[in-house]
Amino acid sequence: MQPLIQLNNITASYDNNVVLSNINLEVFDSDFIGVIGPNGGGKTTLLKVILNLLKPASGKIIKHEHLKTGYLPQVNTIDKQFPITIKDVILSGNYATSRWWKKPDKELRKKVSELLEFIGLENSHNESIGELSGGQMQRVFLCRALISNPNLLILDEPNTYVDKSFEASLYNLLGELNKDMAILLVSHDVGTISSMVKTIACVNGGLHYHPSNKITNEILQSYNCPIELISHGHVPHRVLKHHNHE
Amino acid sequence: MNELIELLGFSFFRNALIASILTSVLAGIVGSYIVARRTVFISGGITHASFGGMGIAYFLGFPPFLGAAIFAILSAIGIEWSSNKAGLREDSSIAILWSLGMAIGILFVFLTPGYTPNLMGFLFGDILTVQVSDLIWLTAIALICIVLVQLFYQVILAVAFDGEFASVSKIPVQTISYISSIIVAISIVLSIKVMGIILVLSLFTIPAAAANLFAKDLKKMMYFSVIISLIGSISGLLIAYYFDLPSGATIIFTLTFIYVILRLRKLI
Repeated sequence: MQPLIQLNNITASYDNNVVLSNINLEVFDSDFIGVIGPNGGGKTTLLKVILNLLKPASGKIIKHEHLKTGYLPQVNTIDKQFPITIKDVILSGNYATSRWWKKPDKELRKKVSELLEFIGLENSHNESIGELSGGQMQRVFLCRALISNPNLLILDEPNTYVDKSFEASLYNLLGELNKDMAILLVSHDVGTISSMVKTIACVNGGLHYHPSNKITNEILQSYNCPIELISHGHVPHRVLKHHNHE
Repeated sequence: MNELIELLGFSFFRNALIASILTSVLAGIVGSYIVARRTVFISGGITHASFGGMGIAYFLGFPPFLGAAIFAILSAIGIEWSSNKAGLREDSSIAILWSLGMAIGILFVFLTPGYTPNLMGFLFGDILTVQVSDLIWLTAIALICIVLVQLFYQVILAVAFDGEFASVSKIPVQTISYISSIIVAISIVLSIKVMGIILVLSLFTIPAAAANLFAKDLKKMMYFSVIISLIGSISGLLIAYYFDLPSGATIIFTLTFIYVILRLRKLI
């Protein structure tokens, strides 16, 4: 099976500052990969490379011809006072598949209504985004990522600025979505991530792929992923086999 | 009322009225875009930089507004280009551009032999000397803005709101940003005739800021701010005429007055 996207020996840098070196990653149809790693370790850079926002210094990216990405950026990069309605935010996600000069048609507007109903904001089409709570805004941006029917959903720290009760429902939602699409989830919150995702990619300058979602403190430390691990009590721990450092 | 009709009989006043209507439409649309994107300071830099072009054009004997337009467009492109390069401190470079433009302008106006042009007119506007050719240019750019917004509203909105997301969606974000900043630059330069370099920025910001108090999206903000701008400009113009005051200043006062009223209404 051909992966949706394949990164071969990617090195990425800003000016002369190498952030990622020689990383490899393959994402397949029903994957749910958690991307973890310390701040400055290159998680965001990895996403930028995958999303074509940053041209890698070397290496090759092979994309499946049917690849359609949906992207949920970190909410703090967005101007919450911008005069835009919820409906228009979601519509702006459609340019991932439609040509940019196309005006939204009836069918598309119906899809917006369905998505808004799905996230429980069915009466808020024409509200401006400034009136939303953090959790609601996150859901609206998730709809923006979903309107183009992606087969790869990329989420950058979706659990920041979100209350704990919403976080649970967000992860349930992602579990549902994973039935139809691959998901790449960047998070600093290893505890939550490990119970949700199927596999883990640890990014810290390099990339270590763990074909399992079980992580322990020992692993994180030995691979320079100094992140706090939150245990859920009954999570079975398993020590993964050692990486081959180059 | 009779007096007003009589006033409309004068071609200078008719031109002034048409000019303020056209600049209101322009300032409402372009100003909302500027305010929504928080690029008011950039627009200020472009406006003041254009004075450099005006001075050089004067010195060389070209039409001053042509020089202003060239300088404005070049600085708009320069700012857009440099903001794409990471690590550049935008606010300081804009401040440099801002004062450098003014310095070049004042230097060349000073060096121009013989007749010294009316500096006050450039700085504070001179709506009563608006020519038919100015009106034609204003109409053209206002029409271009209206058509572009009508045709491409969704995509303009998407780029203005979240440029990074838009470029992930394969929208030609850079091209759209360059075109829109050139249009902003031209709109500002053409409005300088009416408001002057120093006051033109307020014409583009006050109505948009007032509209922003109530409008939930960019399009409504544009409509509201055109209306606010029309009311403020026309009443400001009449006040200026009847009390023999500089029109640029009275227009800013009427616009600010409207803004304060709307602001208070929102608070109550």
